[in-house]
Amino acid sequence: MSGFSFDPERFFRARIGHGGTLGIDYRAHGTNWAELALPYDEKLIGNVATGVIASGPILSLMDMATSLGVWLRADAFVAHATLDLRVDYLRPATPGKTVIGRGECYRLTRSIAFVRGQAHDGDPADPLAHVAGTFMAPEGYPR
Amino acid sequence: MMRLPPYADLLGLIVEPGADGAPLLLMPFATPVLGRPGFLHGGAISGLMEMAAIVALHDALEGEGGGEIKPINATVDFMRGGRDKDTRSRGVVTRLGTRVANVEATAWQDDPAKPIAAARMNYLIVRR
Repeated sequence: MSGFSFDPERFFRARIGHGGTLGIDYRAHGTNWAELALPYDEKLIGNVATGVIASGPILSLMDMATSLGVWLRADAFVAHATLDLRVDYLRPATPGKTVIGRGECYRLTRSIAFVRGQAHDGDPADPLAHVAGTFMAPEGYPR
Repeated sequence: MMRLPPYADLLGLIVEPGADGAPLLLMPFATPVLGRPGFLHGGAISGLMEMAAIVALHDALEGEGGGEIKPINATVDFMRGGRDKDTRSRGVVTRLGTRVANVEATAWQDDPAKPIAAARMNYLIVRR
């Protein structure tokens, strides 16, 4: 390794593009996981009658959290793309509450990263979404 | 045709009439849907396909008296990077049951035969 260390907090403070538009912010990280926050906002609403946010922002949140988990496990920023992502929407997010998304890279190979994660809105024991997915790095991940 | 929710406005979605009556959703390339420089964010592409699926399911349900739609899951495959141009998506209801619907959606840029992403979704239906 080059000694380069990936800093997810600094990376996320840039707040540009889709993540910034959704209002997603950095929360915490470890050696192979990252936690992001998606504060409630009326512009995210998918169901006007109930005020519940759409499923899309939760998928975006989990895509970003799991992607950060991969870079942390690789300890490097590597260009990669989401191959697939599966989301189970266990229950609606509570209107008014911030959604917390935690993404983890549980296996890293030369070119594929396997990820999983959960989202909740205050109580990690009462998750609202569960994800599983894979990323691929065309130039490979550092081993 | 249903009224799109605020999240569709965030994505900049525009409804277009499709060739055979089924509406298409158009997502112009713009900063709010940007991922890494020059490319669409995968989450925005997924959001577009989920909205296209819901629009298609809403239309199918209207013909049977309507109902409430609740997402159960979504599985998304990303096939190509989304470049700096318009993206379109259409949902297809593959099965409309009493309580559950199976819906598929693809997203493409120049050629519908070359999708940039595809999604499969299950929805719970609460009929009126």
